Amino acid sequence: MIISIASGKGGTGKTSIATNLALSINNVQLLDCDVEEPNSYLFLKPEINKTEDVFIFVPVVDESLCDNCGKCAEFCEYNAIFVSKDKILIFPELCHSCGGCKLVCPTSAIREEPHKTGTIYYGNSKGIEIIYGELEVGDAVASNVVREVKLRMNKDRNVIIDSPPGASCPVIESVKNSDFCILVTEPTPFGLHDLRIAVSVLREMDIPFGVIVNRADIGDRKVYDYCKKENISILLEVPFERKIAELYSKGIPFVLEMPAWKEKFQKLFDTIRAMVQK
Amino acid sequence: MKICVTSTGESLDSALDPRFGRCAYFIIIDSNSMEFEAIPNASSNVRGGAGIEAVQTVINKRVDVLITGDVGPNASRIFNTSNIKVIVGVSGAVRELVERYKKGLLK
Repeated sequence: MIISIASGKGGTGKTSIATNLALSINNVQLLDCDVEEPNSYLFLKPEINKTEDVFIFVPVVDESLCDNCGKCAEFCEYNAIFVSKDKILIFPELCHSCGGCKLVCPTSAIREEPHKTGTIYYGNSKGIEIIYGELEVGDAVASNVVREVKLRMNKDRNVIIDSPPGASCPVIESVKNSDFCILVTEPTPFGLHDLRIAVSVLREMDIPFGVIVNRADIGDRKVYDYCKKENISILLEVPFERKIAELYSKGIPFVLEMPAWKEKFQKLFDTIRAMVQK
Repeated sequence: MKICVTSTGESLDSALDPRFGRCAYFIIIDSNSMEFEAIPNASSNVRGGAGIEAVQTVINKRVDVLITGDVGPNASRIFNTSNIKVIVGVSGAVRELVERYKKGLLK
């Protein structure tokens, strides 16, 4: 089963939920797809046993063949090429590696060369297999690295995907093909605002989902009203509790010191399995 | 001489828009006659590379001087190889900025 954990709003507790869930069940592979700032390793402290570089292909121009017609720049959806009457400049960090510029070039002045866009880390911790990606500093396109992390998925395991926040391409790439998505939110106007956006994305993608309310005793009741109205299950509530916060600040997943929570996460997993099989 | 000022509105009395790539309008002024044209910035809502697209707009209009709040790294890379003089870090109304430039008060 593949469970992804997303949120809309950042800082609601995706990584807390992902790591605590991972530590509560067996046979887990955790994929940290928040490649702009992967942080599940801070809590699981895996021993890294392998790294791999991720490359994408970006255009390189042979200026002796280029006649500055500008067709490549016109084609590029991401403005990664600039052409004026006497020069052509390429911005590899904006390139999505589609190869279109090379195809439309009438003088075959464009070839493709590899550009390192990220690194994949493999590790193990407490019986959990962890794979996470890290986007190269200065690069802007996270989806390529997310895709590479997901290519290393082992479907024989219980796969937990820690998604980036937001609702844009890297999130869609992360949650794509999940059997279930947990949306972690907080009961605040900001939490609700972004939850609505995340819900609309998952409905569009036809992925079953439920909500976990973190810091459940702050804010207001509007997240609950919304979920009731939209018929969305609230799977779990995590209180705004000093002990949980203190453990978090030390990088310790709270199930390790609060065994009652381990049972709650196991129950959560069973609930999700039942929802997926239904 | 053609001067381009990034602007929040369509007139010479509009305030400068401090953003370059995602400004609301480019106002392009003939410094002698003070005749001008306001071009809505088609790049203001693109996902990425707004600055790069905006440079294209400015270059196509054969501008000599650009007055704006700040220019990002991608657009800077292009301007550095062009003959366009770029003035950043200023604020005020478009007309006033052009007058100040003509008096040599903007550098």
